[in-house]
Amino acid sequence: MIVDIIGKRRLWMSISAIVILAGLISILFQGMNLGIDFAGGTIIEFTFDKAVTNDQIRGTLDEFGLTKAPKIQQTENGVLIRMEELPASKITAIEDKIEAKFSGKMQRTEKVGGTIGKELRNKAFWALLLAALAIVAYISMRFEFRFAIAAILALLHDVLIVLGIFSLLQVEINSPFVAALLTIVGYSINDTIVIFDRIREKMRLAKKETFAQLNNEAIVETLPRSINTSLTTLLPVLAILFLGGTTIQNFMLALLIGVLSGTYSSIFVASPILVEWDERR
Amino acid sequence: MNWKQKRMFNFILIVALLGLAVYFLYPLNESMELGLDLQGGTHVLLEAQDTQTAKVDSDAMNRLVNVINRRVDELGLTEPLVQRQGDRRIIVELPGIEDPNQAIETIGKTAQLQFKNEAGEVVMTGEALKDAKAAYGGEFNQPVVSFELTKGGSKEFAEITRKNIGKVIAIYLDNKLLTAPTVQSVIREKGQITGFKDLEDAQQTALLLRAGALPVPVEVVENRTVGPTLGKISIDKSIQAAIIGLILIVIFMAITYWLSGVVAAVALAFYSIIVLGILAGLNATLTLPGIAGLILSIGMAVDANVIIFERIKYEYRQGKTVKAAVKSGFDRAFTTILDSNITTLITAAILGYLGTGTVRGFAITLSIGILVSMFTAIVVTRMLLNLLLSTDLVNKPKAFGWARR
Repeated sequence: MIVDIIGKRRLWMSISAIVILAGLISILFQGMNLGIDFAGGTIIEFTFDKAVTNDQIRGTLDEFGLTKAPKIQQTENGVLIRMEELPASKITAIEDKIEAKFSGKMQRTEKVGGTIGKELRNKAFWALLLAALAIVAYISMRFEFRFAIAAILALLHDVLIVLGIFSLLQVEINSPFVAALLTIVGYSINDTIVIFDRIREKMRLAKKETFAQLNNEAIVETLPRSINTSLTTLLPVLAILFLGGTTIQNFMLALLIGVLSGTYSSIFVASPILVEWDERR
Repeated sequence: MNWKQKRMFNFILIVALLGLAVYFLYPLNESMELGLDLQGGTHVLLEAQDTQTAKVDSDAMNRLVNVINRRVDELGLTEPLVQRQGDRRIIVELPGIEDPNQAIETIGKTAQLQFKNEAGEVVMTGEALKDAKAAYGGEFNQPVVSFELTKGGSKEFAEITRKNIGKVIAIYLDNKLLTAPTVQSVIREKGQITGFKDLEDAQQTALLLRAGALPVPVEVVENRTVGPTLGKISIDKSIQAAIIGLILIVIFMAITYWLSGVVAAVALAFYSIIVLGILAGLNATLTLPGIAGLILSIGMAVDANVIIFERIKYEYRQGKTVKAAVKSGFDRAFTTILDSNITTLITAAILGYLGTGTVRGFAITLSIGILVSMFTAIVVTRMLLNLLLSTDLVNKPKAFGWARR
């Protein structure tokens, strides 16, 4: 007996629509939690021999006349301070002061100017657009134009889901997030193409099956591969997410959501769109 | 080529690649260059600023890079980097710097030395200086910068001091008054400047004067500094994560595909060595996102094997013999792997082209990973499988996890 995935396509699409809608509403009302790479700002991370409270840090920072309240976060054996964009001299002064006062050690400083952030946003947008166009061109050449459109819609689905969930959870995004999004695009398209490849093969050999039947067979036959590949990709992602340290955790979280969404969309979104297109013609 | 020659060719190719990879990788702790996020250090992006008197143009940028290069050299680091980026930016990377803030301040200082007469006119600038050294000196044995003038500068300065005997000549550094001595006599090639906080201050200034002033002021628009301990922790953690990720994949493949899974695991070992060898051969710098890209590409490398094995299973179920199933499995899987990987390569290429710094590093490792994974899956796995099939195992398809249902 063959599972009927195509037949229930409206259900799958509704599930996607609900998640995407929730994400879009969140993006509209609370936006993305832009890190300093996008919004500009300063991050300094210290470690201390003895515990230092947020209030102690805040009290020390008061002397420097910051215009925006700093965000202070406790780490394993120190603190992480997020501040507005500061001139180099002020950063030095703050670091010297805190190191001397609490006998601490500066571990990491990141300062990014606001203009850099704007450039990054532009670049991210163009990179995604360019990637989408190149993919449409390649798929149209190797398959058909409608396959390209279905693949791109599945991609858009994944990008929106990752953006939406990051907005809902208010996870901070920085420049590696762009790399993560593009990796997800690469992964998702890869996944979709493997199924499309099977559909293409079936269309060549087809005798009397309908397009919907061909699609369903292709999806079901490639299902073990879809699941196994997503598992082998998720294993290292999970390993880094839990063991790789804080600096790349958000990056891996994006990949985790993206790989799951990419697997879902290539099975439950891409071919269903093809079938829907075919039946409405 | 007949199939025997072809097999021989593939075998030699694989051995040669492995040998080359090992050659580049030996010795392991020196073959890989670590990024600043792993070894600790400072990455600064400077942006040149227009002033009323000087506009930022190509000439100013070239001089800027020169001066900053000289200043960075004075810091005495191993393998620092000064690189122009775009029209008005300069990347400065200082691996293993002890006091990053001090270094950034030194590098970014304009260090425009000006001699002004009583009327406030600039009569001479730091460009006339040949050398500058810090020392204790002067009337009260205070910190001073003693300087030596160029030939033209000596002539000029003699003229200036002659005209201003008994008058004050004020010396400014970046528009801040250092000292305002009264000229006692004509000064030719050597002189001293006082007005420094301490000897260290004088030494800093001497360094800047030696390297020359920046033609236009610069601003720090981006600064990323990582301490050496944090970098060490990141390396240890990511290596641990990589090893665990790999072990999990191998276990998963062995459970799912039995013998072929083990073959895939061996192919994966080939893959890892070749990718690392290529990275070492290209002198690529390993960064944290780069390592993430590598680990991720391992997951994707397995995909090519998964596609092939699933296809072989499928072909076998259709009633083909083991050998025929393997052959058509590989042949059919080839186009699938090609199409799916090219689309991924397209996005990686765009990422590498548009991205900077760490994002580019990630894209490069990912691209290399994809290309090598195609090679190992198609050539190495096939060779190993054929080798196994030439033994008695050909009669035990169950060992490969194949069944006719």
